[in-house]
Amino acid sequence: MRKKASAWLALALGVGMALSGCSSNSSSSDDAKQGSQKAGEKLEIFSWWTGAGEEDGLKALIKLFQEKHPDIEVENAAVAGGAGTNAKAVLASRMQGDDPPSTFQVHGGAELNEGWVAAGKMEPLNDLYEQEGWMDKFPEALIDMVSKDGNIYSVPVNIHRGNVLWYNKKVFADNGLQPPKTFDEFFEVADQLKAKGVTPLALGDKEPWTATHLFETVLLGTLGTDNYQKLWNGELSFDDPQVKQAVETFKKMLGYINEDHSSRNWQDAAQLVAEGKAAMYVMGDWAKGYFVNDLKLKVNEDFGYVPTPNTDGKFMVITDTFGLPKGVKNPDDVKKFLALLGSVEGQDAFNPLKGSIPARIDADPSKYDEYGKQTMEDFKNAELAPSLAHGSAAAEGFVTKVNQAINIFVTQKDVNSLIDTLVSAAAELKK
Amino acid sequence: METVKIAPAKETTTVPVARKKRKWTADHWLATAFLAPSVVLIFLFVYGFIGWTGYVSVSNWNSLVPDWSFAGLKNYQYLFQDFRFQADLRNTIVFTVLFIAVVIVLGQLLAILLDQKLRGESLFRNIFFFPMALSFVVTGVVWQWLFNPSTGVNLFLKPLGLDSKWYTDTTILGGFQWGKIEFGIPLAMIAVVVAAVWQMTGFAVAMYLAGLRAIPDEVREAARMDGATELQLYWKIILPLLRPITVSVIIIMAHISLKIFDLIYAMTGPGANFVTDVPGVYMFETTFRGNYYANGAAIAIVMLLSVAIFIVPYLISSRKGES
Repeated sequence: MRKKASAWLALALGVGMALSGCSSNSSSSDDAKQGSQKAGEKLEIFSWWTGAGEEDGLKALIKLFQEKHPDIEVENAAVAGGAGTNAKAVLASRMQGDDPPSTFQVHGGAELNEGWVAAGKMEPLNDLYEQEGWMDKFPEALIDMVSKDGNIYSVPVNIHRGNVLWYNKKVFADNGLQPPKTFDEFFEVADQLKAKGVTPLALGDKEPWTATHLFETVLLGTLGTDNYQKLWNGELSFDDPQVKQAVETFKKMLGYINEDHSSRNWQDAAQLVAEGKAAMYVMGDWAKGYFVNDLKLKVNEDFGYVPTPNTDGKFMVITDTFGLPKGVKNPDDVKKFLALLGSVEGQDAFNPLKGSIPARIDADPSKYDEYGKQTMEDFKNAELAPSLAHGSAAAEGFVTKVNQAINIFVTQKDVNSLIDTLVSAAAELKK
Repeated sequence: METVKIAPAKETTTVPVARKKRKWTADHWLATAFLAPSVVLIFLFVYGFIGWTGYVSVSNWNSLVPDWSFAGLKNYQYLFQDFRFQADLRNTIVFTVLFIAVVIVLGQLLAILLDQKLRGESLFRNIFFFPMALSFVVTGVVWQWLFNPSTGVNLFLKPLGLDSKWYTDTTILGGFQWGKIEFGIPLAMIAVVVAAVWQMTGFAVAMYLAGLRAIPDEVREAARMDGATELQLYWKIILPLLRPITVSVIIIMAHISLKIFDLIYAMTGPGANFVTDVPGVYMFETTFRGNYYANGAAIAIVMLLSVAIFIVPYLISSRKGES
């Protein structure tokens, strides 16, 4: 009898605990709501900015926003993981489950347009652009990258340049070399370095996008901006002889890389150049932040930079943007945040810390370092090209397939097989 | 969830046997009340979602916009013709076989050594069990450094003239063309097997040690009386007696190795030419990066079936044993 009674008691307790668990949850969130003056929703900012520099930039932005709008509660919902691999997975499941964050980081271009806009998950922001007078403050080509069918869907915060060749100044000076401007010069320099026992080109493709990144700069250098653009709207096929030539050049470059490339990520590969074990490195200009902040190197003293071969006057754009998802309960608060993101003040608070340049053309150059100033100048005059490896040129599905094909290519070096894969993946792209 | 599930299970197996049938006493109601939530939740969140995944795997949902139209076996067809998936199958088979074989051999050996009533036994036991307390992610990161060709154990091995490329090696041992890939033992996988063995052997040791302790001393004494040498004693008597333990070890290790994700993801990633890729990693990348939801679901179903090959016969035989 007592046994039974205690069992019933246990059940009652269990149920009770489950219920009280729920109720304590809800009461605590009630408290949070009462805390903010508006009984509205939190402003949840979703990004993958958790690394050194970028996190500081984001925090500076949030601080600035809270000074202006103390009544809006902000939540920094950043998910760690290089190039947003994990964050994108979290975002995808939240968007599918109709639980979008208030605003989220997304690369301008196909990742936004072919992804979330095509899925009907984004609100147009044309009125915000009108109201803030942004139409002539961002380059036209950039606004095109965040627009689909005449509607603008996100606000670019920063610009990174993808086609940069970083080199170790000391290694180049010791061997009496000049940084290469063309592919021919590149291979000349590489041969001389190889003869001296220095790895000519660093690569860290533990995460395969780095190899794709190198490949896209070769594509841009071989095809030129116009033809490169035509690849993505289907006007130029991937079995074009020029693409084949680019693949051949890429293959030749792979003959000059470090042997342990597949055990390194992009930072580890940058380290090879910093230590002088390798001479050159093709990476976006977030590598500058890594050289300067993490490895304490000096721009133009320890390391130098030039556009990758044949891409002088061309600018591979990687832009982080933020938009307004459909179904958000506090769109006005989100727009206030987006307005700050797009303002000179916001961009100049964020970008010097992140190590990128502002997306606006009227920002204050004095806030940026030597590299930043020159890149801002280049950005104004260069032809802009969308990056494939970073999701601006084509949809994520295509990028995933290219990454796989490139990963196989780095080992097998089978030119025809890579081209075949690109052609069949592109067939899907046009649908 | 786990604890809720286990406690009432005992109640149902013992109570109805003890009582006469059909009369619903308070005990029955109580047992049902305890069981009902977990049964409902399991059916909904386990079997329900298995069914859901199966449905997605035959749909056309390969973008951000769900498309529920029926695709037949198209996604499976794509997978089995895909270089990466074929490489994954090869890697899973090689990894599972090597991993289980080494864990069994090493587990038995260490358990027998520990069973020699040596001094400081508990210290050794703790040393062997300790890796079990870590997550595969930690193990992966540590072994990634140890096996890094330019900074890891090679610093010791290089002076000895050994210079292994470890997990960056793209060689396929004994390779022959099979479908689109070269079938054989990817050398890079060996580094991963070492890490997994390091983590899981302690578990096998614990199981075998328990098995050894359960063998009565009389058995050993009788064998010795009959003039069996120590070697014969272990080879002919003790090891055969441990066979049920080996079956359990295989079942447990197989479902770990067939579903492995975290260790590979943290340690090597897919690897050059996909020499260390496994279906779990491919599923994650294709679903959540490439937004190929139907393809990802198909990979998940293939993984489920591969685990079922091990688990279902075991469940059937253990049910027979009960009744």
